Amino acid sequence: MSSAVTTQELTLVEGVRDALAVEMGRDERVMVLGEDVGENGGVFRATEGLYEEFGEERVVDTPLAESGIVGSAIGLAMSGMRPVAEMQFSGFSYPAFDQLVSHASRIRYRSKGQYTCPLVVRMPYGAGIHAPEHHSESKEAFFAHEPGLDVVIPSTPADAKGLLSSAIRDPDPVIVMEPKRIYRSFRGPVPDGEYTVPIGEANVRREGADVSVFTWGAMCEPALGAAEELAGDVEVEVVDLRSLSPLDVETVTESVKKTGRAVVVHEAPMSGGFGGELAATIQEEALFYLEAPIERVTGLDTHVPLHALEDFYLPNAARIVDAVESTMRV
Amino acid sequence: MSSLPDPLASIDHDRPDSDVYRVLDRDGSVLPSASVPDLTDDELRSMYEDVRLARRFDERMISLQRQGRISTYAPMTGQEGAQVASGYALDGDDWVFPTYREHALKYVHGMDLTALLLPLRGHRDGYAIPDDVNVLPEYIPIATQLPQAMGFAWGKELQGETDTVAMCHFGDGATSEGDFHEGMNFAGVFDAPVVFVCNNNQWAISVPRERQTASETIAQKADAYGIDGVRVDGTDPLAVYQVAREAVLKAKCPSADELRPSLLEVVLYRFGAHTTADDPSQYRDEEEAERWRRWDPVNRLERFLYETGRLDSETQSAIEDRVEEQLSAAIEEAEAAEADVSELAEHLREEPPERLEAQLAELESIRERYGEEAFRHS
Ligand SMILES: Cc1ncc(C[n+]2csc(CCOP(=O)(O)OP(=O)(O)O)c2C)c(N)n1
Repeated sequence: MSSAVTTQELTLVEGVRDALAVEMGRDERVMVLGEDVGENGGVFRATEGLYEEFGEERVVDTPLAESGIVGSAIGLAMSGMRPVAEMQFSGFSYPAFDQLVSHASRIRYRSKGQYTCPLVVRMPYGAGIHAPEHHSESKEAFFAHEPGLDVVIPSTPADAKGLLSSAIRDPDPVIVMEPKRIYRSFRGPVPDGEYTVPIGEANVRREGADVSVFTWGAMCEPALGAAEELAGDVEVEVVDLRSLSPLDVETVTESVKKTGRAVVVHEAPMSGGFGGELAATIQEEALFYLEAPIERVTGLDTHVPLHALEDFYLPNAARIVDAVESTMRV
Repeated sequence: MSSLPDPLASIDHDRPDSDVYRVLDRDGSVLPSASVPDLTDDELRSMYEDVRLARRFDERMISLQRQGRISTYAPMTGQEGAQVASGYALDGDDWVFPTYREHALKYVHGMDLTALLLPLRGHRDGYAIPDDVNVLPEYIPIATQLPQAMGFAWGKELQGETDTVAMCHFGDGATSEGDFHEGMNFAGVFDAPVVFVCNNNQWAISVPRERQTASETIAQKADAYGIDGVRVDGTDPLAVYQVAREAVLKAKCPSADELRPSLLEVVLYRFGAHTTADDPSQYRDEEEAERWRRWDPVNRLERFLYETGRLDSETQSAIEDRVEEQLSAAIEEAEAAEADVSELAEHLREEPPERLEAQLAELESIRERYGEEAFRHS
């Protein structure tokens, strides 16, 4: 960061809000729509103050209908607007799934480039806040599986601002999944004014020579915690992917070539999760550099339980330490 | 949008254009044009006791949530009269498809109080449907229960159970979802014995009813699907009972020219917050809530019972005592419940997936080596 850049200490959700405010100020076509995003400022306060600042035509409380929100946002995007749609929780995005995977992802493709879909869909996701049923899902693999959709996930306040700003400027549809467990759990420096983080670039959050831990979103915290615990014995490199689609294959491969060992951490269930995709990519690109099998530390192959057992569902630093140690034993 | 009628005005019986069915006046007296539904004195008193219990349940839950003893809770104050009364309209074999707010409805249809509390304590146990209680677990994704309730009612009928009705509750916000339209449409087409109950409490979190639909009423939406739509004063338990009972009876035994399904628009107001995580002062006028509080369903039923000699202060204080005892016992029981990690794998499939069992075994070994503390995230 150049010394001319001034920063503010913000939470992750404030980083989101800042991106929306800056981008709406920069480009009149940018508008926000969703449930409770207006006067109420969003149930997580991600749109707080935007309604007062930009008015009801650009910050729109819609009827309670996710398919309607995303479908109309697709239409708005095709017409030349730059809609940012909010799904109140990712667990409620499924009525809109059809619009996303049947349409948003393939408008450019179907129209042979004549029409595009510069749409952003934001959604808080993930467990760990003792929420009711359906409020804790981590289904990023659903969206990352769909060609034509970008999927980004910030883990720091600065990335929350930078990735969302890039998503808004992107000419194609981008899903921004926001780890709500860390919405307010810490503050970090966020550059003032216009600030973007390129989509498709992973972030090495801690350098290390012995094992690479690949992760994203709220799982960066236990991964960094495990790295800290092991420091001295094992030097762990923690790579925050930030973007699942497109995936930064180069950073992933370079890290594995350096360390020779890989652990993938995500809170979604293991089977069919994005960790499998990552493991396959590593084998394709760096098999002969691997000194141990790739380990996965993930959520369980079950639904996120109600909160009495939630802590047992989520990966934690102990499980990551254990996986790292087991790759080191090989 | 401003041309739409003020919902409060439309429940004001002084207005000649009011199309909202009601039995009781605001002060609990029976309107000259109405008659008291066919319920015994004991049934009326027990309806009152359940409504009182619901009000106290709400007060206790909000306080438990503030003390961190339960998770997010959706209050029902202002809506408990309609919940209890619509439950009273059902027969024991009928089925209930509730939302996250229908605590009192579930209770009157047979769930015990502890079961209502368990999910709020983070346990799945309270979702289980006891053998003799026909109540589905709360539906949290909005409007998803409508097509399901329709299909359930249809399925029972196809299997020869022609005397079973599914009653499906939802809010005004739910009427915007595609599932609302699909459920209503199927119900009409397949003539399923289902009663849709829209609790129009005027707000979907911060979004007012006018933002959900430009149609004048929600009941009129039934026309589009060829089924009956009725508006009823949801702060009048006797009116809700009457209308819901008629809908249930028609669903079971329609006359030749009638279809079984109905849509009831229950016009009322959520007096408090959407959930304990919500702050209504962000988006609505406290004055509006105050005006609606004059139509408090608990007071109205209570006044009616006193005025007609069905309740006295002695009986009432016995009721209060029972309510407090029942609540305290249920809270104590729910707080004693403990969860076991093995439950994570239970009931996912008939046979637990092998991979999940292996994951649990690994978890157990981590727990042995690193201790329980390693699992504390928050
Ligand atoms: C499909 C879906 N989208 C969003 C939500 C988040 N949410 C929970 S309650 C609610 C408002 C519901 O309003 P309404 O249907 O009127 O019912 P009420 O809560 O007022 O009884 C919203 C948007 C959800 N639970 N499900």
